[in-house]
Amino acid sequence: MKTPRREYPNRLEPFFENLVFDRDDNTMVINFGPQHPSAHGQLRLILELDGEQIVKAVPDIGYLHRGMEKMAENMIYNEFLPTTDRMDYIAATSNNYGFALAVEKLLGIEAPRRAQIIRTMLLELNRIISHLFWLATHALDVGAMSIFLYCFREREFAMDLMEDYCGARLTHSAVRIGGVPLDLPDGWIEKLAHYINKLPKDIEDYEGLLDQNRIWKMRLEDVGVIPPEMAETWGCSGPTLRGSGIPWDIRKEEPYELYDELDFDVPVTDSCDSYGRYKLYMQEMRESIKILKQLIPMYKESDPQIMAHAPQYISAPKEDIMTQNYSLMQHFVLVTQGMRPPVGEVYVATESPKGELGFYINSQGGPYPYRLKVRAPSFWHTSILQELLVGHYIADVVTIIGNLNIVFGEIDR
Amino acid sequence: MMRRYQEKGDVQKKAYYNDRFWVAPQIPKDPVESDEIFAKDLESLKSKFEIKEAYIQRGQMVVYIDPKDNRDVLKHLKEELAYNFLSELSAIDWLAQKGEFEIFYQMLSTSKRKRMRVKCFIKEKEAIESVCDIYKSADWAEREMYDMFGVIVNNHPYMKRILMPDDWQGHPLRKDYPLHGDEFAQWYEVDKIFGKEYRDIIGPENRDSAYVNERDTKHFARIRHEVRFGEEPSKEPTDLMKEYQEEGGVFLIKKFKKDKSITLKERK
Repeated sequence: MKTPRREYPNRLEPFFENLVFDRDDNTMVINFGPQHPSAHGQLRLILELDGEQIVKAVPDIGYLHRGMEKMAENMIYNEFLPTTDRMDYIAATSNNYGFALAVEKLLGIEAPRRAQIIRTMLLELNRIISHLFWLATHALDVGAMSIFLYCFREREFAMDLMEDYCGARLTHSAVRIGGVPLDLPDGWIEKLAHYINKLPKDIEDYEGLLDQNRIWKMRLEDVGVIPPEMAETWGCSGPTLRGSGIPWDIRKEEPYELYDELDFDVPVTDSCDSYGRYKLYMQEMRESIKILKQLIPMYKESDPQIMAHAPQYISAPKEDIMTQNYSLMQHFVLVTQGMRPPVGEVYVATESPKGELGFYINSQGGPYPYRLKVRAPSFWHTSILQELLVGHYIADVVTIIGNLNIVFGEIDR
Repeated sequence: MMRRYQEKGDVQKKAYYNDRFWVAPQIPKDPVESDEIFAKDLESLKSKFEIKEAYIQRGQMVVYIDPKDNRDVLKHLKEELAYNFLSELSAIDWLAQKGEFEIFYQMLSTSKRKRMRVKCFIKEKEAIESVCDIYKSADWAEREMYDMFGVIVNNHPYMKRILMPDDWQGHPLRKDYPLHGDEFAQWYEVDKIFGKEYRDIIGPENRDSAYVNERDTKHFARIRHEVRFGEEPSKEPTDLMKEYQEEGGVFLIKKFKKDKSITLKERK
């Protein structure tokens, strides 16, 4: 049995790396991060360079590790939901939703229609927020400052919509297990309609600035090429996978929520490079707008119930709690002790803006999950760096990192 | 009153109240025959490997295999049965109950639109073979599994901790590891930066978010010149040069005068 080599450093012999590079050749080892502004968080890359070309890349993560899976084992299900905000903090609702959906599958309940509509709206709005943020920071990394300002302006409007709905800009917690906490406020639908009518024009503006931009094209085209086989074996998902020509979108293939009723396309490109993925992101924003446009009339036709009726697991509406004794008792038990899902396990994957966000929950019938594993897309997209960066030049590193759309909240969890 | 007995093998939070007569309901396990595609897959697996148990739960097939077969089963799934993605891989700690780890491989087939879970049990000190060369996505997942549970993976190209520091002791996701960390975790920074002998001087970390300092930390003139609550902050000027001057260190210079400076011939 081969055991992994363990070395415990002491103060007399400090060590900085357990890495052994063969230094007889003429390569230079440089340290990228963890405090590099283009590392999109706390990514440390140890790069071995031959001239300016990368021969070996070792990504080092864990600087933002907060032990969320451990925390989940010590929290009741409803308590853990706000913690999921802190994973992919660019699009917090998609995490809330992924977790809520997994617990709902575990319980075997379904959210009422209006809640589903509101959730889908929030999910798509979050996708737009996340994609705008991606474009802004990616363009900034590559050197296009003005795009950053434009994108943040539009993102701010979307964040205002989120703030109007749930009161928070980043950590939304806008979804509950079994539905949503609130109906849409007055005038929200009109604001949303105004926003999505305006956005296509803005997306056109970004494309006008970038599509044929010589610098943008030179820095993105044929950089970070992920062939389909590589994307498959490394477990890529989301736009990174579709950028390699594999048409796999969980919203389409394994529809959850309302996605089987909605009409939208899944943009796919087989160019496999960063530029192709950029085009894909722009197209995805347009598809999100298309979905949001369909949801507005659906919302107006739906019944006002927003939380599932499952008294064993989910508190009754506030009105019942205040008027009916049994609802109050149930609410008290659910808040103090937490719901106890049946014994069993689920793995539920949703299409977050970054890719496949999966929650594996093993329940042993107690109020705390026995094991909760988060399959965060960025984790797998970061692991690909060790193969993807080799052969590229040092200047392409920030392009590739930015293009993969990684967020450290969900890598380190 | 006696302190309630707590199991040492599992120190995670437990429900403080349990109904004596409550029996937890089970998520139904459907027979594999209820789904055509899964039935075929299972048939193919059964012809080559020993399958201990197989069922469908919430639309996904779960298959229990012998841990020694894990590489062959995954290879078979990839090459013959078109499960082209390994979307997740990790362990579950059953050490307190059975002295075992449960390893699960979450598979996805994009052509069949099916997800299945391959599971196996290994003993605590047993190792499992790496599947890194079949699915490269197992690379970091196996490292994380080793880091979090101490499950040893054989023939992995780079078996190091991934999330925790390299010199960490213990495996945080084990059930016998407390949520707030063990002694090593609590003193990690102090031990590493200053040394064990500084534990008493520095003292334990204050984890009380409602801690009230004896001095007023909101109304003061300068940092480290806080006064007790209700007192006026001291206004007297302090000699900063004196305060910042290290003992035996280089003298701080207030105003540099070039004509009074001396240039050394060689470095001291």
